[in-house]
Amino acid sequence: MSSKYEVIIGLEIHVELLTKSKIFCGCKTDFGASPNSQCCPICLGLPGTLPVLNAKAVEYAIRAGLGLNCEIAEYSVFDRKNYFYPDLAKAYQTSQSDYPICGKGRVYYDLDQERYSCGITRAHLEEEAGKLVHSGDSIIGSSYSLVDYNRAGIPLIEIVTEPDLRSPQQAKAFLEQLKNILQYLEVSDCRMEEGSLRCDANISLRPFGEQDFRPKVEIKNLNSFRAVERALEYEVQRQTAIYDQNERVIQETRTWDENRGVTVSMRSKEEAEDYRYFPEPDLVPLIISTEWIEEVKKDMPELPLAKKDRLIEQYALSDYDANLIVSDKNIAAFFEETLTIYGESVEKAKTVTNWLTGEFFRLLNSEGIESKDSKVTPKALGDLLKAVDEQVINGKIAKEVFEEMFLTGKDPSQIIEERGLQQISDPAQLLAVIERILESNQKNVEEYKAGKEKIFGFFVGQVMKETKGKANPALVNQLLKQALDSTDGRA
Amino acid sequence: MDKILTNTATELSKKLESGEITSVQLVAKYLEHIEEIEPTIKAFITITKEQALRDAQASDQRRKEGKPLSKWDGIPIALKDNLSTKGVKTTCGSLMLENYIPPYDATVVERLKNNGLIILGKTNMDEFAMGSSTESSAFYPTRNPKNISKVPGGSSGGSAACVAAYEVPWALGTDTGGSVRGPASFCGVIGLKPTYGSVSRYGVVSYASSLDQVGWFTRSVGDAAALFQLISGYDPKDSTSVKVEDISSLESSVTGGVEGLTIGVIKECFGEELNPQVCRSVRASVEKLKEAGANIVEISLPFADIAIETYYIISTAEASSNLARFDGVRYGLRVPAEDVVSMFTKTRSQGFGEEVKRRIILGTHVLSAGNYDKYYRKAQKIRTAMKKEFTKVFEQVDLLITPTTPTTAFGFGEKQDPLHMYITDIYTVIVNLIGAPAISLPCGLDKESMPIGLQIIGKHFDEKTLLQAAHTLENLLDQEVEM
Repeated sequence: MSSKYEVIIGLEIHVELLTKSKIFCGCKTDFGASPNSQCCPICLGLPGTLPVLNAKAVEYAIRAGLGLNCEIAEYSVFDRKNYFYPDLAKAYQTSQSDYPICGKGRVYYDLDQERYSCGITRAHLEEEAGKLVHSGDSIIGSSYSLVDYNRAGIPLIEIVTEPDLRSPQQAKAFLEQLKNILQYLEVSDCRMEEGSLRCDANISLRPFGEQDFRPKVEIKNLNSFRAVERALEYEVQRQTAIYDQNERVIQETRTWDENRGVTVSMRSKEEAEDYRYFPEPDLVPLIISTEWIEEVKKDMPELPLAKKDRLIEQYALSDYDANLIVSDKNIAAFFEETLTIYGESVEKAKTVTNWLTGEFFRLLNSEGIESKDSKVTPKALGDLLKAVDEQVINGKIAKEVFEEMFLTGKDPSQIIEERGLQQISDPAQLLAVIERILESNQKNVEEYKAGKEKIFGFFVGQVMKETKGKANPALVNQLLKQALDSTDGRA
Repeated sequence: MDKILTNTATELSKKLESGEITSVQLVAKYLEHIEEIEPTIKAFITITKEQALRDAQASDQRRKEGKPLSKWDGIPIALKDNLSTKGVKTTCGSLMLENYIPPYDATVVERLKNNGLIILGKTNMDEFAMGSSTESSAFYPTRNPKNISKVPGGSSGGSAACVAAYEVPWALGTDTGGSVRGPASFCGVIGLKPTYGSVSRYGVVSYASSLDQVGWFTRSVGDAAALFQLISGYDPKDSTSVKVEDISSLESSVTGGVEGLTIGVIKECFGEELNPQVCRSVRASVEKLKEAGANIVEISLPFADIAIETYYIISTAEASSNLARFDGVRYGLRVPAEDVVSMFTKTRSQGFGEEVKRRIILGTHVLSAGNYDKYYRKAQKIRTAMKKEFTKVFEQVDLLITPTTPTTAFGFGEKQDPLHMYITDIYTVIVNLIGAPAISLPCGLDKESMPIGLQIIGKHFDEKTLLQAAHTLENLLDQEVEM
């Protein structure tokens, strides 16, 4: 972006943790349950109820913190954030203010083959609110609104970044990396469409070289990473235009209007709410022992960027391929497991990469399923590739077999057997086919002999058609050539 | 009135065990007495007559089969109406919850039921436990059984009055700044507030979470010890509850004397606000303890002078947040309005009484941006300093003594200025601020024959020494009455 303004972006990301029960009670956290079926007196905030902290939520927060290279606080405190809203059962959200569970951290990410990093200011634990369903578009103007408290009390971490991001593209790349890390850690499924990951963005501009920050705008209602990028791009333009006219940007909260592609003012700083934070007297300070942190550390998986670097180092993958492979932890695991079956070499890694990023991704897309739900096992793919290498089947047939593996979960050997797909490598059998084809295509044979060598492919195609694609292509080439080149045109 | 109704729970337990009386007979007698005097005393908001009789029948059946749930099986009790009771209205003395029926029992209620106690009803209280006279109840004031022109104290006035009026042998209340000890003093019964954390708060409708504690009214120190044994102890549902040491022998150990104990008399609690008759009576009791072998020392606690201010900042701050949930959305009163914010506003305007609103506004103020440091944070610092000072004092003494309240029970409508009302708790709030246990016991009568209360404060989790001294004093004062 060629502009005289430096773009300064910081993000606030809310991530739902994947614990089986809620943060302060034993209710389930399953997504999509019928309204208000996963509630109890505690998450409904009935008079007299008290919170008890879910240790698993703390463990997941530690895990997430470690994944973001954060300092884990051995002493943290829960606070009440007070505000009225119908989805907030206690009229305060139990959160953390002055003493968050995760302190400073840093996340590295790649964009256009460059490595960047973004500082993490903090990450704290808190509870989700319920969900409102309005009869109209919003709570204002609806004749009624319904509240579903199933979500109320699901544990969340709120991650706040430093204002280190310098473009909407960096913001998006950072978010993708963050999501990837949290998915690797299995602490959240990070589904923006289900609301298990939400992001607000803060953005300000300043002339290059200026030291102080200028007033920032907070953007809400960002429902996809693409929306984050688009909204930020819009704000860059809007603020640039304001400064170009020597006017001032007002510090305010704006909402992203996806359909119109613009941000709209919600409230200014003067109208900002006073949440009257104070320490939650119903909970004791959270003390996390060094032993606990060490225990969580021991259980940390290899994270995406480290894996990417290693795969490039180990298998000479391209940056592009490595990105594709590590962008889904299941694919990354699939990739490596397949190699242990198929054999570990640079060439084989390339083959597996091509299969995964080609056929596998295509089928996942067309069938609309996620990698983790696929029926194909690494062993099956490894066996399939071996079968190709050992010339049991040819590459084209392999794709057919793979598709059936994908759809049915059957072993490749079983499919090959059942459908009789073994490659035909018997020269006598192939020669018979070739003779028949040359016989009935005399005109083409003459053309070939007259020098129209391009027509060779036609004969190959005919052989393949006749053998239902099972013919060993190399052998077909060899035999066909011999046959055509012989004087009488006969083999 | 049948004389058996004046029995302590301990005495009743023996009679139930020996078969001298059945639980059904006992409950029926209490209900009959309640019916007779309730129109005058108005200690109850809800009387669970049918359920109580059914429960008593079940209790008698258990005893018949030789399987009582405890030695207390079949003994009636009353509960302050801010203790959550499954299927029974829990109003907190407020229009906001006038028809609220909880779907769950408070842990203390569960423990009482598990021991076979029979709940006779829910008692009147200052709205959301905010008050010192039970006059702020949204329904009606409770009258002091010793003199019906006087208040019973508050906020657990109903529970104190029903014990004093022999409507039950004992009753649970809650004590945030003196809400058990104050009314105990006004009604001439024993009131115990245990150490913060020793009794579960789960199901106690919160007023000020860091100060609230379940307490109770009894007619003997032995009964107070027995209830402590029954309902105290760690509760996994309350993160602020703690594992208390083995207290199984508490009840029998209260018989020890005061010989060798050092008891501090807090100088600051004998200031100009103290009624001279109350002062004389408390001093005389201290003399008796001295004669019984206690080592009496005068102690100065300068922080005691700012306890009320500190208390009203912390308690209202927490209350403003705790009471925010009463918004008309899920339960309780809802005043319909054209939009959600107006619904919140109207519901809260109509559902809460004056005192509750005053405290919510004060609490909101002290937590708001710009005031937090000036008030809330400062109050917390003072509270921390107070705790330290008390720890130091308790290195020198085993117990502390003060009057429970500066005066005896006052008349209805006598304290119009809220600040005058707040002074009632001047000697009790400090105990909640530091979290220590304390007991109020009757130590004499004033010229109008109104009871005077004396407060003994113990070390954290040392209810044993506290009850031991209280029991000694109880005996010394009983002898005096007999003479």
